[in-house]
Amino acid sequence: MKRLKIVALTAVLSFVASVVSVKAQDAAEGEQIFKNNCAACHATSDEVLVGPGLKGISGRRPIDWIVKWVHNPQAVIASGDKYAVDLYNKYNKAQMTAYPNLSEAQIKGVIAYIDAQAAPVAAAATGAAPATGAAPAEGSSNGGMMQYIMIALLLVMVLVLVALLSIVSSLSKLANVSPDSPEAQQIPLFQRIAENGKKIATNSAFKTGAALLITLLIGKATIDAAYGVGIHQGYAPEQPIQFSHKLHAGQYQINCNYCHTGVYKGKGANIPSANICMNCHNAIKRESPEIQKIYRSLEKDEPIQWVRVHNLPDLAYFNHAQHTNVGGLECTNCHGEIAKMEVVQQRSTLTMGWCIDCHRKTDVNAKGNAYYDKLVELHNKDHKETLKVQNIGGLECSKCHY
Amino acid sequence: MENNTKRYWRGIEELTNNAEFVKYAHREFGDAPSTNEKGEALIDGTNTVRRDFLKVLGFGVSAVALAACEAPVKKAIPYLNKPEDVEPTIANWYASTFVDGGDYASVLVKTREGRPIKIEGNKASSVSKGALSARVQASVLSLYDNEKLKGATIAGKASDWATADKEIIAELGKVAARGGQIRIVSNTILSPTTKRVIGEFVAKYPTAKLVTYDANSASGLVQANGGVLPSFDFSKAKTIVSVGADFLGTWVSPSEFAGQWAKTRRVSSAEGGNKEMSRHYQFETIMSNTGANADYRSTYKPSQEGLVVTALYNAVAAKAGGASIAAPAVKVEYLEKAAADLVATKGASLVVSGSNDPAVQTVVVAINAMLGAYGTTIDAGNPVNYRQGSDSEMNTFINEAKAGQIGAVIFYNANPVYNHPRGAELAEALSKIGLTISTNDRADETGSLCKYNTPDSHYLESWNDAEPKRGHYSFSQPTISTIFKTRQAQSSFLTWAGLNGDYATYLENAWSATLGGKTGWSKALHDGIYEPGAGAAFNVPQTGLADAVASISKNYKANSDKLELAVYEKVTMGTGSQANNPWLQECPEPVSKACWGNYATVSLATAKKLGLDQEVELDTLEVEVSVNGKTVKLPFIVQPGQANDTVAIAIGYGRTKAGKSANEVGVNAYPLTSVINGNIAFSNTGDVQLKATGESAKIARTQTHNTVMAREAVVQETVLSAYKKNVEAGRFKPTISTAEGKKPSGEISLWNGHKYNNHAWGMVIDLNTCTGCSACVVSCNAENNIAVVGRQEVINRREMHWMRIDRYYSSDANVEDVKGLEYASENPEVVFQPMLCQHCNNAPCETVCPVLATTHSSEGLNQMTYNRCIGTRYCANNCPYKVRRFNWFRYYQTDEYDFQFNNDLGRMVINPDVTVRSRGVMEKCSMCVQRIQAGKLEAKKEKRRPKDGEIQVACAQSCPTNAITFGDMNDETSEISKLLAVEHKGRAFGVIEETNVKPNISYLVKIRNKEEKVEKKGAEAHAEPHHS
Repeated sequence: MKRLKIVALTAVLSFVASVVSVKAQDAAEGEQIFKNNCAACHATSDEVLVGPGLKGISGRRPIDWIVKWVHNPQAVIASGDKYAVDLYNKYNKAQMTAYPNLSEAQIKGVIAYIDAQAAPVAAAATGAAPATGAAPAEGSSNGGMMQYIMIALLLVMVLVLVALLSIVSSLSKLANVSPDSPEAQQIPLFQRIAENGKKIATNSAFKTGAALLITLLIGKATIDAAYGVGIHQGYAPEQPIQFSHKLHAGQYQINCNYCHTGVYKGKGANIPSANICMNCHNAIKRESPEIQKIYRSLEKDEPIQWVRVHNLPDLAYFNHAQHTNVGGLECTNCHGEIAKMEVVQQRSTLTMGWCIDCHRKTDVNAKGNAYYDKLVELHNKDHKETLKVQNIGGLECSKCHY
Repeated sequence: MENNTKRYWRGIEELTNNAEFVKYAHREFGDAPSTNEKGEALIDGTNTVRRDFLKVLGFGVSAVALAACEAPVKKAIPYLNKPEDVEPTIANWYASTFVDGGDYASVLVKTREGRPIKIEGNKASSVSKGALSARVQASVLSLYDNEKLKGATIAGKASDWATADKEIIAELGKVAARGGQIRIVSNTILSPTTKRVIGEFVAKYPTAKLVTYDANSASGLVQANGGVLPSFDFSKAKTIVSVGADFLGTWVSPSEFAGQWAKTRRVSSAEGGNKEMSRHYQFETIMSNTGANADYRSTYKPSQEGLVVTALYNAVAAKAGGASIAAPAVKVEYLEKAAADLVATKGASLVVSGSNDPAVQTVVVAINAMLGAYGTTIDAGNPVNYRQGSDSEMNTFINEAKAGQIGAVIFYNANPVYNHPRGAELAEALSKIGLTISTNDRADETGSLCKYNTPDSHYLESWNDAEPKRGHYSFSQPTISTIFKTRQAQSSFLTWAGLNGDYATYLENAWSATLGGKTGWSKALHDGIYEPGAGAAFNVPQTGLADAVASISKNYKANSDKLELAVYEKVTMGTGSQANNPWLQECPEPVSKACWGNYATVSLATAKKLGLDQEVELDTLEVEVSVNGKTVKLPFIVQPGQANDTVAIAIGYGRTKAGKSANEVGVNAYPLTSVINGNIAFSNTGDVQLKATGESAKIARTQTHNTVMAREAVVQETVLSAYKKNVEAGRFKPTISTAEGKKPSGEISLWNGHKYNNHAWGMVIDLNTCTGCSACVVSCNAENNIAVVGRQEVINRREMHWMRIDRYYSSDANVEDVKGLEYASENPEVVFQPMLCQHCNNAPCETVCPVLATTHSSEGLNQMTYNRCIGTRYCANNCPYKVRRFNWFRYYQTDEYDFQFNNDLGRMVINPDVTVRSRGVMEKCSMCVQRIQAGKLEAKKEKRRPKDGEIQVACAQSCPTNAITFGDMNDETSEISKLLAVEHKGRAFGVIEETNVKPNISYLVKIRNKEEKVEKKGAEAHAEPHHS
């Protein structure tokens, strides 16, 4: 009997645990869905963005209604549902985008996420963050190496100089001045230093050393400058509209993909067209002079001429989808902390060395991708290290040049 | 080059080992740069001394380096309102329909950011089956032709459409009110809805009448078949006899026929694999593309054509037990043999004729009826609509116009002043017509003589439908909004008829009910086709044989020693409607390998007889050809395989108002044609004279630009009977002597070889089904942004094509056998061999590049990195296949190369995924690496391996006969792996295997369905006359 009780208890406990873990999982998926689809217009707090803040939504409306609404808000409004009609009127008759593809479970997951956000203690264990790629590539290794060599050389030379000087002074003391000469003692210290200085200046070894040092410094400056030609790291041009990534991507956490629609699909991430801005800004901050510029451009039918920040030369082919979608890299890997930038600037050098460097270090995001299965298998047969991009032709010319 | 028994040569000059040829043979890129009088080397085409240039360059480099510190500000301009379906950098594909007169193809259009950039075949169509000709491939460039009319014009001055419409309606009203005749002159109209629109117009103006003609008329064929063009099915034929019909190159619907023909030519070395082929006889005057592919071929003169057909009739009748017909006998080699085969394969035999004489075609109908072709190889119940023109109607129209009986004429995309033999008469008569309107896309030869020009939109900007074959429909949708202020001609007709000019709605309404409303219509547009099929019972046309024979006996002669003219169509240029398309102008004609112009071709014997010394390849003499008093001056070339005492000139050239790429290129041959039984005869047996003018002339010819350096085994071939006995027949297997005795050359290598873990891209080219049609060449040009270099640069041997079709003549005569060789050049065998970078595994180019600009990839590709190349050209020198091309100039943004890369509109055709190469770098076939990369990415995104066939290179995709197989040789299930698994022990060979470069491209031995040669030696073998 006791045994049975234990079994029952274990069963109940494990059921509860599984329910909890399912909930956690749902919330994790919900977070993903929320950030990709909802965050552009809704906050998880009370704050009104484009649409109402969703804090406490699970208490406000029954779940059936929410599912119906998300799947087809137009139908709900058309059915004459009072709450829906009021909502519609309250928000300037701007209708919410329908998401007919979201399953009921997914919507519940989103709500679970919202509730978790609203809870005083944030549910920390909302599942593992999506797998990220390798750590961002470190600064250009070539430049760093050069720097170290230079500094080391400089140190060695200074040491040599000091040693030489001390030898010279000891020798001259021994040769010229007898220890008991009164003159020697009478010459004041500063004079002796000055004289020694003069002697040093005329010393050929010193002159050669100094000349060499200057040549090396100039040489380094030239090489640095030459390496810098065509590199625009830190380029942060003024844009026609003072758009802040810090606000949109940082504070409001709008997913990059919401505006840069091609980033997971195509070669280009794409600068958003004005109609994407209008998804939100037909309702919010309409009076801002910067947003007025978008209205004007729409009225005049003149597209906004943004200034390109990241300019790869035409001879290099770069495809966003390959890196973001297939490689699983985060945007910040190459673009830096965009979410903290008021004005976007080029954070990486975008040189071929920088590309190659990353291709040498980065593991192929092969997990769960059948394309790579055979390659991983063949690689692991005779290599200890993991499969890097360079092992599957990532350093070949016609991967980027054609 | 010898291959065991055969001697191959690329032109008469190589055969005779002309001294000039030898001089040129080793200069792959032509002359070294020129020098000035002081002997200082000059930069080509300028007066700049090279040293000066280098000085300036030195300064320039430092200046540029400094300037480069300050990067120009680049703008990124997004859409204002992004269309839902367009995602920048991702291609969209739309189904549409290519129609140019009666030429038809169901196509898929690739657009990038709203610009059509490539046309590919729509394999869903059961009519065109995804096959496109070179001209369809090139048609996307015609869209971006900035010499088209930019809007409506009245009397040569730009006007707005409203004014033009108002005036035209008023004038049409006046003409109609006084009962004046109105004519709409058009080429074949494939669109049933367009015909309805014209019906609406005629309803409004009852004196209006549609006159249809075709520049490459087949009205004789239509007449003989009871007013319809039957659909031929070459795929069901075991014996094919063509009397002058270039059905693989230009006749009626060549890409479609080529696909069917190839089906009967595909053999497999697998045990139990198909080893049967159709046997193809060709009787013709010129050496046509089809003749070059025939198993047996012989020639006749145009004046004999009718009698060749009657002789064939009699020969067939004698064997099949029919009554013979009385006609003068004519002796043509292989005719009896052809008849025997035709009768032997009764029910699977097909005879076609290219003649436009209804009498000749009537006899052909009778032969086919006798052979039981109707219902098997000919389907008269499902006729095709490719040629609806009536030569007699057009004749009547020109007569009426001359007599001043026409009140108004509308030229609906027709240019008879240029492409009708009586064009000059019509041009004069146009001044007698009160109201002249043209909807042609440019102010061409006809349009410029019309008062109103109301330009039609390009097919890629238009809505339309087409019915190429009864019950088989095809749809066009715009893939770009109109570039200029053009308007579809259908809208114009509707507007002038006083109806709503919205043709898109009109078209949808016309189809909606049939297709099942909006959804059905959308589906039809999406698929591009709608094929309910008709399935009407076929009927053998009434023959009227006796009259036809009487007419033939009267009009043709069994023997004539006079010089005669043959007028033909070039595979690349066609009728000349797309003459202003530089891709087509620069695409070499498959047989003569000449581009940028036409020329008079004669046989070697005739050239000798006329005292013309054939010079070497490019350098030739200008001749004057006079035909019944009309004269033209043009260069001449010796064409092996042409009938003696004939001269041939191609149509499609000599445009005067088509644009800068076409104007004054070649001469117009249409006026030289004659008339037979009321139809245009593309020949002239009247007073034809040819004499040298004493001037020298040049022809842009590519055939001998690259030498094979006396290497063996470039092309390999055999005959079917030998192949049946031994699947490796005809293979040349080089061996190398080693310490352990002779070994196959492939077994010894200095290199370790490459390991391909991922993909191993490869290609197999079947020489047996390649017809040389050159669609792949144009497709490659479009896909890979290959520069057009122009006539002069082709003469300088600097064409940029990555893919070329090598054409070799061959005979089995001994090299020392002078008489034998002379016979050989009279009727040689021909082999076409597409040649492109072979992506060698032991690539000679890779080892000699001093800067590692050309390297090997882990997927078997030989990569060419333009930004690394410094232009030493070592690689080209070391390439045994001569497939590397060097950019001598910056072909874009340079005034001398005023083609598509030099104007903003033309540049819209550029494929954004492929670099436009600059001066000083080498380039070559990349195996469409951009497509491979795109295909791989698509697979990776979907977390799977690429499916076979998903990644297609441009040439393989465009091949109408599927002669090119591309794929991953590492994928055991791929078509190429399966093919090679079988053919490695059969027909597959690497070109010049003895060099052991181990190409990733294999070729399959060409097989001729010929009797095995009886061992013949010396001149006696050819002692008997071969030609009557």
